[in-house]
Amino acid sequence: MSATTVKRRDFLKTGAAVGGGLLISLYLPELSQAGVSAKTSDKLKFVEPATFAPNAFIRIATDDTVTVIVNKSEMGQGVYTSLPMLIAEELEADWSKIKVESAPVDAVYNHTVFGMQLTGGSTSTASEWQRFRKAGATARIMLIAAAAQNWKVEPQSLRAENGFVIHPASKRRASFGSLADTAATLTPPKDVPLKDPKDFKLIGKSTRRLDTPAKVNGSAQFGLDVQIPGMMTAVVARPPVFGGKVVSLNAEKAKAVAGVKDVLQVPSGVAVIATGFWPAKLGRERLEIKWDDGPGANLSTVGMREQYATLAKNPGLVANKVGDPAKALAGAAKTITAEYEVPYLAHAMMEPLNCVVDLRADRCEIWTGTQMQTVDRMAAAAAAGLKPEQVQIHTTLLGGGFGRRANPASDFVLEAVQVAKAARVPVKVVWTREDDIRGGYYRPMWYDRMVGGVDATGNPVAWTHTIVGQSIFQGTFFEQFGIKDGIDSASVEGAADLLYGIPNLQVDLHTPRIGVPVLWWRSVGHSHNGFAVEAFFDELAHAGGKDPYELRRTLLAKQPRMRAVLDLVAQKANWGKPLPAGRGRGIATHFSFDSYVGQVAEVSVDKTGAVRVHRMVCAVDCGQVVNPDSVKAQMEGGIIFGLTAALKDEITFEGGRVQQRNFHDYPMLRINESPEIEVYIVPSTENPTGVGEPGVPPVAPAVANAIFAATGKRVRKLPIRLS
Amino acid sequence: MITLKVNGKQFQAEVDPATPLLWVLRETLGLTGTKYGCGMAQCGACTVHLDGEAIRSCVKRVSDAAGKEITTIEGLSPDLSHPLQKAWIEIDVPQCGYCQSGQLMSAAVLLAENPKPTDTDIDEGMAGNICRCGTYPRIRQAIHRAAEIKSQGGAK
Repeated sequence: MSATTVKRRDFLKTGAAVGGGLLISLYLPELSQAGVSAKTSDKLKFVEPATFAPNAFIRIATDDTVTVIVNKSEMGQGVYTSLPMLIAEELEADWSKIKVESAPVDAVYNHTVFGMQLTGGSTSTASEWQRFRKAGATARIMLIAAAAQNWKVEPQSLRAENGFVIHPASKRRASFGSLADTAATLTPPKDVPLKDPKDFKLIGKSTRRLDTPAKVNGSAQFGLDVQIPGMMTAVVARPPVFGGKVVSLNAEKAKAVAGVKDVLQVPSGVAVIATGFWPAKLGRERLEIKWDDGPGANLSTVGMREQYATLAKNPGLVANKVGDPAKALAGAAKTITAEYEVPYLAHAMMEPLNCVVDLRADRCEIWTGTQMQTVDRMAAAAAAGLKPEQVQIHTTLLGGGFGRRANPASDFVLEAVQVAKAARVPVKVVWTREDDIRGGYYRPMWYDRMVGGVDATGNPVAWTHTIVGQSIFQGTFFEQFGIKDGIDSASVEGAADLLYGIPNLQVDLHTPRIGVPVLWWRSVGHSHNGFAVEAFFDELAHAGGKDPYELRRTLLAKQPRMRAVLDLVAQKANWGKPLPAGRGRGIATHFSFDSYVGQVAEVSVDKTGAVRVHRMVCAVDCGQVVNPDSVKAQMEGGIIFGLTAALKDEITFEGGRVQQRNFHDYPMLRINESPEIEVYIVPSTENPTGVGEPGVPPVAPAVANAIFAATGKRVRKLPIRLS
Repeated sequence: MITLKVNGKQFQAEVDPATPLLWVLRETLGLTGTKYGCGMAQCGACTVHLDGEAIRSCVKRVSDAAGKEITTIEGLSPDLSHPLQKAWIEIDVPQCGYCQSGQLMSAAVLLAENPKPTDTDIDEGMAGNICRCGTYPRIRQAIHRAAEIKSQGGAK
């Protein structure tokens, strides 16, 4: 999901408008006598009488445990720790008493900007920064008021500390749990002040993740681990070509497999229902299906590439224009032109997609790892013939998400409900790795044509960038936010909003309609624009005889935050200092999800053309940091993710069919290929910004630029193939 | 009927002998800590120990595991006391966590065979396990740390 649809300024504005509404509803007194809103109360049955639940995000039990209900999906980014930290900070909670629960689906848990429950766009911390702290502060004030009432003293004479309310004058102490009953009878305050950042005790301090113990002893529950009584397992045979349909089906041999209970046609294909995964998979292998491939049968990567390259020769719809680039290019001392290409990519989360559905006449329960609960619930309700309120989604831990589990088409949830409806038993639909790699919803393939001009002193005077690729927003309800005047903001993010001060610029877009389902993939449009822009910048610097770091510095004169990041990464990476023979350094910066990231790659290339990345140095400014170690982890992970894309993968088509199927031909970077990684965080008191995605875009260009430094060869196509 | 010895306990499973051990562990015995990632021994998420060796349970016929000592992540320690678990928690290795059972089971054999592995040893020993979240730098660090904990007598 793209955060550039909501620019910084708009974010604050919208946040106030949309988020403010939520905040008001959250703190309305009638919502909180019993602790939760009337709308949510029937679903929050876990609220026991002896529990103080001042709002939808906190429950304090008489045994002193503080349960934080987290409305964001935990897919590795650490929200089950960083968001509770926000509450614990203002609540003055004892961190060892914090427990986490995933939120049910309810409007009260909606994203403060997007107006629905979803985890995406690297926005979790930014969107909850105010709300979670206010939720914690509200609870603290009410606990203090409860103690004041019990002790008949003024609230001002009390303070909260480490899970206790304390009356220093009389040295009395009461644990939060012992105050829960009284606090539950009080009216929450309407407005609550928040701490001065200088008083933060938890925020800004590396804090160990709460979910780690369960992730090292096998007890962590992912969607695939859910088992419910009477549940069958289903695998689905989907068309080998996107848009294909079943013409005929012979299920005889499949039904003969021991454990196979049924074979059913569903809108997405043919479902094999069995007692377990293995018989279901064996049954699917024995299905005899004749498919009508439909118009997608002619799709090929070779053909698409020709089409895209032809389109790129002419400008598309203009996304941004500054000055007069045509005139500036005509008058430039030197111009260069280059074409950049990146392929379709699958998300390939380690946990393949899956969804458990228990569908009854009057209700539907779903267990799955989703990033987009509201949308999935609407799709499930429509398919089940129920009202959304009759559908509940239990969000499990996600074995990776990277955007794939936030699908406006709700593909894996919708299909599971359709299978459950046809099967008339509770089912778990499991995707195999092959289903995942071939299942579509890819990062789009992109083709970029860049032209740049420098003046006699080598300074860039003109820059044009023609982008060709499919729209992610098109055809989804996100169109209203994401597409304006035919321009999908996710297609041009990281290109149209260039930070460099280049006086004449044009960024334009062609959006061909291709029958391949596409989706956001960790860093979305930035994942390709970061590469094209930063690699071409390197070319332009060299064309003008400038050092790529120095030229960035010059053109970032009006971007102090990015300039500071650039300087920090260059310094830490020893930019300009000699390297061992055969090695090269490359630098790249990228602004995405409101965060500033700079990276320097150190690489060598052997005689066979194999690229070895030895070291990656990264600097990031993501505003106020909540959990520094998590920020580091996300940068490390983003770098590895970016390296896999830079060095390894592509999804290609021939005869409409995806040519890859599992990790042997869609490989992931492995530990023996993994570089040393150093991450440096720029201290900041600005509002927090994205962390999950911004580490990805600078990786490929930093590596490509380093390869040029090491070998003199320009890399303009991913994955990098030098041999 | 196949008799399996998992984490020191005997189980009887009535399954097709060709079923991969992984699915019997997960679905028949309910030991869901062992994960499915690829089904073709490419990713290592399904790694368990068979008579002390790290194997990919997604391609191991259950009948070939009968009568042997099987250890899954649930049996690595009863109480998070294995040096690797301690180190994993200390260094906060996991992100999504899905591959970590397999990482730990591979690392446990590596450490048992080589109490003081170098970076190269770790790279070689752990190259069969994919982590899409990119926790490799921390896995390296945590294996070194576990070796240290073990040498200081933190081992069971």
